[in-house]
Amino acid sequence: MTALAALQLLAFLAVILALAKPLGVYMARVYESRPGGLDCVLGPVERFLYRISGVNAGDEMDWKRYATAMLVFNLAGWLALYALMRLQGTLPANPQHLPAVNPLLDFNTAISFVTNTNWQNYSGERTMSYLTQMLGLAVQNFLSAASGMAVLVALIRGFARRSATTVGNFWVDTVRGTLYILLPLSLVFALALVSQGVVQTFSAYKKVALLEPVTVTEPRLDAAGAPVKDAKGNPVTEKVTVIEQTLALGPAASQIAIKQLGTNGGGFFNVNSAHPFENPTPLSDFLELVAILLLPAALCLTLGEMVRDRRQGWAILAAMVAIFVVFAVFDIASEQAGNPLLTRLGVDQRPSATQGGGNMEGKEVRFGPVASALWATATTAASNGSVNAMHDSFTPLGGLVPMALMQIGEVVFGGVGSGLYGMLAFVIVAVFIAGLMVGRTPEYLGKKIGSFEMKMASLVILVPPVVVLLGTALAVATAAGRAATANPGAHGFSEILYAFSSAANNNGSAFAGLSGNTPFYNFTLGLAMFFGRFWTKVPILAIAGSLAAKKMTPAGAGTLATHTPLFVVLLVGTVLLVAALTFLPALALGPIVEHLQMLAMAR
Amino acid sequence: MPSRVQALKLFEPAIVRRAIAESFKKLDPRHMARNPVMFVTEVVSVLTTCLWVQALRGHGEAPAGFIFAVSIWLWFTVLFANFAEAMAEGRGKAQADALRRSRQELVAKFLSEPRHGAGWAPVPSKMLHSGDVVLVEAGDIIPGDGEVVEGVASVDESVITGESAPVIRESGGDRSAVTGGTRVLSDWLVVRISAEPGETFLDRMIGMVEGAKRQRTPNEIALSILLAALTIVFLLAVATLLPFSLYSVAAAGQGQPVTVTVLAALLVCLIPTTIGGLLSAIGIAGMDRMVQANVIATSGRAVEAAGDVDVLLLDKTGTITLGNRQATAFIPARGVAEKELADAAQLASLADETPEGRSIVVLAKGKYSLRGREVHGLGATFVPFSAQTRMSGVDLDGRAIRKGAADAVAEFVRERGGSIGDDVQEAVDRLAKSGATPLVVADGPRVLGVIQLKDIVKGGIRERFAELRKMGIKTVMITGDNPLTAAAIAAEAGVDDFLAEATPEAKLRLIRELQTGGRLVAMTGDGTNDAPALAQADVAVAMNSGTQAAKEAGNMVDLDSNPTKLLEVVEIGKQLLMTRGSLTTFSIANDVAKYFAIIPAMFVATYPQLGALNVMRLATPASAVMSAVIFNALIIVALIPLALRGVEYRPVGAAALLRRNLLVYGLGGLVAPFVGIKAIDLLLSALHLV
Repeated sequence: MTALAALQLLAFLAVILALAKPLGVYMARVYESRPGGLDCVLGPVERFLYRISGVNAGDEMDWKRYATAMLVFNLAGWLALYALMRLQGTLPANPQHLPAVNPLLDFNTAISFVTNTNWQNYSGERTMSYLTQMLGLAVQNFLSAASGMAVLVALIRGFARRSATTVGNFWVDTVRGTLYILLPLSLVFALALVSQGVVQTFSAYKKVALLEPVTVTEPRLDAAGAPVKDAKGNPVTEKVTVIEQTLALGPAASQIAIKQLGTNGGGFFNVNSAHPFENPTPLSDFLELVAILLLPAALCLTLGEMVRDRRQGWAILAAMVAIFVVFAVFDIASEQAGNPLLTRLGVDQRPSATQGGGNMEGKEVRFGPVASALWATATTAASNGSVNAMHDSFTPLGGLVPMALMQIGEVVFGGVGSGLYGMLAFVIVAVFIAGLMVGRTPEYLGKKIGSFEMKMASLVILVPPVVVLLGTALAVATAAGRAATANPGAHGFSEILYAFSSAANNNGSAFAGLSGNTPFYNFTLGLAMFFGRFWTKVPILAIAGSLAAKKMTPAGAGTLATHTPLFVVLLVGTVLLVAALTFLPALALGPIVEHLQMLAMAR
Repeated sequence: MPSRVQALKLFEPAIVRRAIAESFKKLDPRHMARNPVMFVTEVVSVLTTCLWVQALRGHGEAPAGFIFAVSIWLWFTVLFANFAEAMAEGRGKAQADALRRSRQELVAKFLSEPRHGAGWAPVPSKMLHSGDVVLVEAGDIIPGDGEVVEGVASVDESVITGESAPVIRESGGDRSAVTGGTRVLSDWLVVRISAEPGETFLDRMIGMVEGAKRQRTPNEIALSILLAALTIVFLLAVATLLPFSLYSVAAAGQGQPVTVTVLAALLVCLIPTTIGGLLSAIGIAGMDRMVQANVIATSGRAVEAAGDVDVLLLDKTGTITLGNRQATAFIPARGVAEKELADAAQLASLADETPEGRSIVVLAKGKYSLRGREVHGLGATFVPFSAQTRMSGVDLDGRAIRKGAADAVAEFVRERGGSIGDDVQEAVDRLAKSGATPLVVADGPRVLGVIQLKDIVKGGIRERFAELRKMGIKTVMITGDNPLTAAAIAAEAGVDDFLAEATPEAKLRLIRELQTGGRLVAMTGDGTNDAPALAQADVAVAMNSGTQAAKEAGNMVDLDSNPTKLLEVVEIGKQLLMTRGSLTTFSIANDVAKYFAIIPAMFVATYPQLGALNVMRLATPASAVMSAVIFNALIIVALIPLALRGVEYRPVGAAALLRRNLLVYGLGGLVAPFVGIKAIDLLLSALHLV
């Protein structure tokens, strides 16, 4: 890793940490319904929304009502989005006259956006009308993020309240989260992006003649859109000459702002943030990168504010940053090291004044390997899933990093709300073990951890890996699953493993080699996203309810402090060990063996 | 008659023999199903055994010898876990047998009327019900738990307490409870039975040490859930390896798909068999350590709660201070010799049988060699203490010597034309402020001086409280003294807080307040008036010498009737939790090394490059799998002593404890199997076993 790369990483972290604190404090005020500065403008809007929807803002819910409201709200969102995509051909704001989305792809996409995953088995500019993008996908970008934050806030209230029966009001939390946090931030951020050249228009796509025709080699696709393969399993390719280019346009900036801030990650265009209209400059790249981690980082400090012990928020943030830095350094180093097979052929891959060096396959020249690896780490640490380079083309170990970060359970920053509540499930397990080791019934933030909390926390930690492993096993065991991979061997296995890791952990990024738009993957990945999201959210709310009802135990000398470096180490160890023990065999058969094979060939 | 529960050697041969037999009996799947981790291990063992039989018939997926070796060691894993549990239970059973021998079939003397002298009829003791009244005479064994309604007798309770000195049991007061199985040595008692047959103290004690009705504690349940969750994760991680392996073999075009035998071996290595196998042994051993400390807990939950206690309520008398107040100094009035004061004080106390009175006699004797005299021999008249006069003393040769509270004596001398001097009043105030009790001595109208009565704080108790503070446990002294006295003793003993002028209601209120604040409260008590507070406290240790009501209300009984025992109880509770936590950490940390042993062994034929992960350089894939399985089984046996004895507890604060245990059991758990597996591999290859 070069000094410049280290500086880039440090600058990124410094900006995140500097912004996290004021934002975290502000969000605590929003969720505690205290004035935060925007009330004079947004207060009337908020009250108007409650009035027309008949919500009584003072009506506190117990966890079951809260969970029911959350599920009903998300189901309604799914139905609306599904209907919109099926009907887009007959609706306005569709200058390209794009037809209805096919039912299975629609099923998958609607789940994908409602669950904050934004796995995209479609190409945005060739599938979605402007209306669908704005009224459907962008709206779910806001609402899935707000509902994730709402569940987190309910859990925090569980820790903060004592002997209470309620955890808040879901409607109020969702409205306030959207109105006071996501909307203002997105507005500012969208304008910043437009200043960098991100498009924001309703005009139709533009056709431009190429200065010189190019001949390209493309994989031949079958009727279902899957690559055709020869007997050896290699994709069949054909030569195509291109003389004209279509420039896809659209109201992109407004959607990209929330896609990054809400850890959604669904690109307006197919190649996501690698697209010059979605992420044109190094500055826009840096801003989008900051936006990925901003809310998840700040929410840790919101936790500290709301439980009236800021050190607790910093401790969790420290654990996240620690894991993030290790993975980021490893990933940047892997990508900067380049491909030893090319070195043997005499290719100069060293970073210098004139080139970024390293592995440039699948990367944008304006970003290079460092910004790409940093983005890959951030987008999978958070459950964002947007990409500015193709992860499929990373070196084996460079590709292992994003995969492993998702398999950890999207708790290193993770999704807005979901990352921290997932991390808190790990905290519960860590304090349980630690509490036993010091001879006391475990407690966190003054709440004793009983068997009910353990049961629910186990579910939260258990469900995503179970879905990943079962999904991957099903895919490699069936012809339909194997057919979609672009590469044979261990890399093909990595592509499948990556897809299910991404879906079950609600990340949404992909090893692009997998052609996911097949009935098999549309269906199985859709289910994976659904289980990964809601089978963790409901147990988290159950924990919230159970904790809220408990008494607060005052801390004493025998209480294990949960804000110390020792506890941070224990938490990091717990998170990494659980992931390693679950996924080591699978990773060994994917990226690890790929890496070892590459080394063996280079020798 | 056998004496009490004996301290047993860790591996008593008789217990080991019985435990080995028990290990096989426990293979019953109905028993195994209670422990999900070991149940999975047993199912997998059956599976590999079937695969071995199949291999013998010539359709094996791997060489029959290899499958056989794996199966045998998987069975050993199950047996070793059963053995650990049986060992822990065996120790309890041995103790229960000793107790049971004392519970003979007795014939009770059933009284037709609840009074001494009424006619009695012989009734078998097991037919006695609560409320029946029996006569017990010298030499008889008391047929059941009960309350003395009439009579006084000396009773040998060694069968329960191990204490050979007889104790007095009498009707009324705090010494009225008798325990079935104990023997009346002299006189007689009329006892009202208070326990239904099969529910006597002895029965409960036997049940407890046997662990027959052992219910799992909340922490144990929570841990089992975590272990079950881990088992499910590993089950899936291993099961999905079969399709992954099939895919990889097809993709690489070489090697063989992984065999079910190796997958079974990997599964058993990964699931937390170490803690799963030792979990119930740890719980039983915790109860056992309580019994060794001569404390009988009514449930494992109480033992565990003891480790969690935040506040200890300790009675001043007997726990913090030695018995009663003692005279420690004579402070003469101006113009009076100290010896004259001592002489008068001794005279006034000669007939005073209270501990305070006796201590005055002893102090005078010690300081001035004033020998105790016989009150009647002197022709003196003893004036006993009464609530009205608040004085006691003697009338002798026309002298009226009195000792008592300052204001009472002041009244006494004023009636006779005297008065208390300033110096005496000052001494009285000074003593009262320092927490001592001043007794003023007067001879007729003349005030002779003041006797200082002081509570003597037990040696070493201050250090004990400092330790508790480090553990994060607050101590509160409960006393009937006035706040001033209480504060002084509290400061001297180093307790954190005190409750002065405590009434049973005030005690109960304090416990409730503490509990509302989220604290767990422990206390000791013996009197009937302690019962409500005992029932309210989270951990309540009743003294065996106490009343039946107190014993019923508490969740532990201390057979030694030693109130300081509470501290030991807390330590045992903590040890129990720590042993579980440490072994869980160890068990999970072990898995990393096992992956490095088995994953390369599984896939090296398919992807030869994965041999790089064989960091231990194990000889062959077969020996790698065998070494991991053997290590996994042997580690259970190796840890049985630790499980039974418990992880050492030191009062050093939570952070230091965690750091230490993480280093020993976390890091140690990570490293140990690398060494162990390599050693077993070397041994296997040296012996040409694989």
